[in-house]
Formats: sequence, structure tokens, C-alpha cells
Amino acid sequence: MTSRAPSNLTQGHDPGPRRPGVDEMALASRDLGGGLRQVVLSVPDMRCGGCMARLETTLAGAPEVRSVRANLTTKRLTITWQTENNSQPDFAALIGAIGYTAVLPTEGHDQSDAEMSELLRALAVAGFCSMNIMLLSVSVWWGADPSIRQALHMISAALALPAVIFSGATFYRSAWRALAHGRVNMDVPISIGVLLSFFLSAYDTFAEGRQAYFEAGTSLLFVLLIGRTLDKMMRKRARSAAASLADMMPKGAHVIDPEGRIDYISLSDIAPGTHLLIATGDRIPADGTILTGISELDRSLVTGESRWETIAPGGLVRAGDLNVGHPLTVEATTAPENSTLAELHRMLEAVEDGRSEYRMLIDRAARLYAPVVHGLSLLAFFGWLLATNDIHHSLTISITVLIISCPCALGLAVPMVQVVAARRLFKHGVVARDGSALERLAVVDTVVFDKTGTLTRYDPMLVAATSTGPMGFSLAASLARHSSHPLSKAIVSYAARGNAETLPLEDVREIPGNGLEACFRGERYRLGRAAWATDSHLMNRPAASTVVLTQGREVLASFVFGERVGAGSANAVRFLKEQGIAVQMLTGDVADAALAVAREVGIDEVTAAALPKDKAEVIDALRSRGRKVMMIGDGINDAVALKRAHVSMAPASGSDIGRSVADFILLNADMNGLEVALTTARRAAMLIRQNFALAIVYNVVSIPVALSGYASPLIAAVAMSTSSIFVVANALRLDKKDSLPSWRPARKNRLAGAVQ
Amino acid sequence: MSSLLFLIPITVVMGIAGLGAFLWSLRNGQYEDLEGAAERILFENDDKPLGG
Repeated sequence: MTSRAPSNLTQGHDPGPRRPGVDEMALASRDLGGGLRQVVLSVPDMRCGGCMARLETTLAGAPEVRSVRANLTTKRLTITWQTENNSQPDFAALIGAIGYTAVLPTEGHDQSDAEMSELLRALAVAGFCSMNIMLLSVSVWWGADPSIRQALHMISAALALPAVIFSGATFYRSAWRALAHGRVNMDVPISIGVLLSFFLSAYDTFAEGRQAYFEAGTSLLFVLLIGRTLDKMMRKRARSAAASLADMMPKGAHVIDPEGRIDYISLSDIAPGTHLLIATGDRIPADGTILTGISELDRSLVTGESRWETIAPGGLVRAGDLNVGHPLTVEATTAPENSTLAELHRMLEAVEDGRSEYRMLIDRAARLYAPVVHGLSLLAFFGWLLATNDIHHSLTISITVLIISCPCALGLAVPMVQVVAARRLFKHGVVARDGSALERLAVVDTVVFDKTGTLTRYDPMLVAATSTGPMGFSLAASLARHSSHPLSKAIVSYAARGNAETLPLEDVREIPGNGLEACFRGERYRLGRAAWATDSHLMNRPAASTVVLTQGREVLASFVFGERVGAGSANAVRFLKEQGIAVQMLTGDVADAALAVAREVGIDEVTAAALPKDKAEVIDALRSRGRKVMMIGDGINDAVALKRAHVSMAPASGSDIGRSVADFILLNADMNGLEVALTTARRAAMLIRQNFALAIVYNVVSIPVALSGYASPLIAAVAMSTSSIFVVANALRLDKKDSLPSWRPARKNRLAGAVQ
Repeated sequence: MSSLLFLIPITVVMGIAGLGAFLWSLRNGQYEDLEGAAERILFENDDKPLGG
């Protein structure tokens, strides 16, 4: 494929190759008023300060550009420019010229930023209040005479107020939502504990001047908010990584209006009857019929079929097909929102989510934990009330129980492990969408692979080249140089490695859909499809596509193309089998192509020629047998299966639909990330279980102490913080180097992939 | 003990000032690009954060 070829050179964070044009950029930009426009571009290969400075100085050098700012964390560039006399610099080309790839991000700005800063604000307020109250409490405990104690408690009350009202709001809202739906979650005991301890302390401060414990509630809020913030940060990072991948579908298309002018319009303006111009390497934006042009279509993203289809005027095209041959004019038959692709989008919404019944570990724990905590606390209250007949004392003990058994370890330890795991995965080129995905990945026992684009690469590979004479390769290469067809390019690059010379050809013609024809020293040569080049109509097209060079009808050289199996595919399959995980292949491609790849990577169980519906059914059948299935696929045809599976993974080079459904995105084009992901997920699951065990041991020890009335709320708060520190320290063990013994071979493979 | 009467308010005011500074920097977009900010110190551009 023309457009895919350069992406091989930039292995690693392969963003997909489609470079947005000037028109598309203008369409995606925002009008700031006063002739200023702003666009946000994603530059996935911006990796260091040097890249950042280079991008900024290069773009700032363009005369129209008013300001440019790079963000290294999100790998985005914000460019503001002046639109004068309608000229616009081609930013993507400017960026491309210095060796970077610019793509339009899939989504503009996400509103999660606002949520994030709200959490940070709540965290800051809770931190400030709890630290100050802690200091005041220390002086109270050190011994202060009653009048000063009263004053210190009043200051504490004033300091606790913003934390309880502002920082606690997140928990109250969530607890209220749960209660309104008749459920109980972790936030219910938290909210009750915080509010009760605050009101009782306030009552004590003003009414009786006894002991107060504002620090317990506020430090609880502080620690829990740290957990929430970490969780949110992980998601934000995953989202920005996912959004920095290129959108496969164009945001607009070139159209020919009735007066014959060529215009660039947005997708939503395409109506049935619109004439579209599809350049080589473009995806077709809407279903339609071909008016002029003969070309080849790569439909692998839609159907899973690896072989290109030759199409001629009158032929039908579908949205999502990639034009690899020659420019086409297409008359749209439906608007893009009614195309096959859009229909699939709608179908996907109706599909029941395979993981909807999955409950996160923390929720499952909450269902057991919350009633027990509430029950114990109530029991303590009534027990002590009966024994001592002192409401105040009983209430204090009941609050102590509530706070000491508060799910801090759960609220902090689980997200902590998940954040560390996600960061580790990110370093290895795997983006985890959220923590529950890691939990689900750890229990997988069956892996189902898609073929095209997952185990294999999109670009065809030259499998074998044979020549009968010394001139064969030189002639073929010289001919191929005249074409931009992907197969021609492959031949040129192959010949360049040998000692092919460039021969002076005359009268070179390209016959779309067939091949090239030229004269050399009075002889006519043809390079192209075997049936055409040898002028025979009998020959069957072999499984792998073959290109031959002929003189007359005599074959001088032949080139066999096959599917390029991804560098890490065989390794990944072997690793999975070693782990005792069943491996299957599920593809929309024909059986012989599927079997060839399956043999090469070592998969025994193959289902070929599967329609998207069949794929989902295969997954369902596996699930109904109690298997925990992971689906790995990239195409539009995999989307439903990805959604139905217990956990799903998509390579970054896949379709937008596939990526938006998948739980994990593999940024590196090979399957090496799979091993890292599985190992990390299992280790994370183990650490989470350890943390739970720690929390249970802590509770078993501390709850009886609290029940028997030996702990005050302050001691409860201190004990709780200590347990949190233990649990966090345990979570950090995940990042130890020796936990992934396989990182070395994985790295070597990636380098090998880069030079193919 | 009367020293507490002015020491505690001073502590609280300083704390509030710190909190205010943090909230201001948050609003000012200074936490938007922590990695980039670490690298920018190496370049001789006289630049300001995006929001400033």
C-alpha cells in the first residue's frame, strides 16, 4: 500500500500513515475570531525536549503562524495562525519535512480535564485542612489547658469545614447515587464516617468541650482522594494516548461540483449523488459506485480479506475501503451517516457488552465489606449503650470502628497497583484503558486472534523473486520505478538491494489494474498480473499474488507476494501456549490464506471466511462454555467480537472502531506487547490480592481493639494511614526490574522489525 | 500561651497562601505538561506557560 510504506520506517508508535491535508486541517480548526484560527495536532513521535523545540521553532518560522505550543505529555501541538488572503501553510507537510508525523486527534479536547482539576482541587483542600488539623491535634495531645484546647478545637472545626464540604462532595454524590438505586458501595461507609465524626466533634467542641477528632475524617478524605486522583490520572493518560492515534477515516472528501470545480467538504455535507474524487491511498468516505477509473481496493479493514480487489467503472465501493491503485471518481449512493460503516457503528451500540456482567474486584469487595462494617459499627453502638448507658461514649466507639475499618486499603491499594501496572505497560507500548481491563486480562484462558493487520501486516511482502536471465531484475526494477503501486515499490526496493541498473525505457504506459508496459531496445516488455502479461486467460490466480515480467509471452522474471507475518506474532503464540492458554485464529479471509499464516505462527485451530456476525458467535460459543476469552483484532469486522469478548486488544494501526472498543491498544505494530501485558496483569492481580490480605489482617487486628474501646478516633486515623503506606509500598514492588524477564528478546525483535 | 494567639493565625494564613498558590498554578495550566516543562529549561526561549 502506498500510504503504509513509510510507516515501516518509523516502527514503534505507529500512528497510521494518513497525513491530513491543508483542507482537512482547515476543517478541523477552530475560529478564534479576528482572522485567527487554531488547530490541535497530535504528534505521536514527539519524544524528547529536542523534538519539542524543533517542532516549535520550525512551525514558528512559518510567516502565518502566530503562536505554537507543544505539549510533551499529551504529545500535542497547538498552533494558532492568521488567515490572510485565504492562504494556509501545510502544517502536516512542514512537520513531515523534519521527520515527524502529524495527525488530527480522534477527539478534540476531552472534558475529563475539568474533572481532573476538580479532583486535584479537592485533594489540595483536603491535604491543607488535614495537615493543619493534624498539627493542632498534636499540640492538644501534648497537653493543653482546657481554654486553649477549646480554642484549638474551634480552629480545627473551621479548618475541617472546607474539607468536609468541598473535598467530601465527590464521595457524598457517589454514595447518594448508590443509595438512590438501592445499592451500597464503598462511598457509603466513607460518607457516613466522615459526616458523623465531623458533627459529633463539632457538637463536642461547642457543647461539652471534651475530646474532638476532626483529623480522623479529614485525613481519611485526603488518603482516599489520592487513590481517586491516581485512578483518574491513569485513565487520562490512556485516553490521550488513544486519542493521539490517527483517525483512519478522513474528516472530509474532495468533491466535484456540477460546474466541475473541485472542492473539499466535510463528510456531513456528502449526499447521495455527490461526485467524489478518491486519490491513491485514500479511504473511501461513503458507499457508492465507480464512475471512472480502474484501481485496486484493499478491503482488509472491512472484510478481513488480505487480497486486493480489482474494480472498474460500475463497481460498488464501501466506506472504509482503501484505494491502493489509481485515482477514482465515485458517485456516492448514500450519505456517510447511512453507509455500511455507520451501520456497523449503530449495530455496535446495540450489541451487549461482553464485560457488562463483570464486576470490579473493589465493587465485589464493597458488597461484602460495607454491610459488615455498618453492622459492626451499629453493634458497637448498641453494645456499649447497653453496657454503659452512655450515648456519647457509644457513638465515639462506633465512629472509631467505622473509621478504623474504612476501606482505605481498597480505595488506595487497588488503584495504586493499577497505576503502576499501567505505567509499566505504557513504557512497553501498551495502553490500558482502565483498571478493570487489567483485572480481566489476568484471568484469560483463551486468546482469539484476527489475522489481517493483527498477526500479519497490511503491506504485502515479496516472498520469492526468480529471474531466467541476467537482465530480468534490472528490467523489472526500471519498469516498476514508473509506478506508485505498492507492489511496484516493493519490487524497486528489492532490486535496489541487488545490483539492478536503471535502464532507459521508452514509451512507458501504466494499464490500471493490470500492470506496466514499455519498450527497451525495440522489444516490448510487460510487468504485471500474470494473466495479463502472458496474455493468457486460462491461468488461475494463485493464492499468493504473483507479478511477472514478460517479453512477448515468455516469462523472464516472477515475483511472488505474500502476507508479511508480524515480527512478534509467532513468539506471542508460543508464549501463550507455554502459559497453557488456548489460541485460535478467527478471520474473514479465505481458508488457504488463513491456514498459511496459521502454520507459520503455530496456531492449530482456525476459523476462516467468518463474517462479523460469525466472529461474535464464535466468541459467544466460547464464553458459554465458561471460557474467559481475549479477542485481539483490528478491523471493522472485528468490532462486534471485540466487544463481546471478556477482554480485548487492538493494534494501534487498526480501525478507529476497533480501537475505541478495545480495552488495550498495542502501540507497537507487533504482538510483543501481548506478553508484557499478560505478565504485568497477572502480577498486578497477585499484588492486589496481597494488598487485600494485608487489609484483612489489619482489620482483624484493629477492629477488636476499636470494638473494645481502646482506640480513639485519632489512633484510628493514624493506624489507617500506616496501613495505607504499607499497601502503597507493596504496590510499588510491581515496577521492580526482574518481574519481566522477557523484555530483552522483545526489544531485539522490535529492532529486527525496524530493518525489514 | 498567648503567643499561640498570633502564631496559629500566621500558620493558617501561610497555609492558605500556599493552597492559593497551588490552586492558581493549577488554573494557570502549569500541570498540563510536566514532562515538557522539565525539558524546556534546557532551551533558551523566553516563553511562558500556555495559559499565562
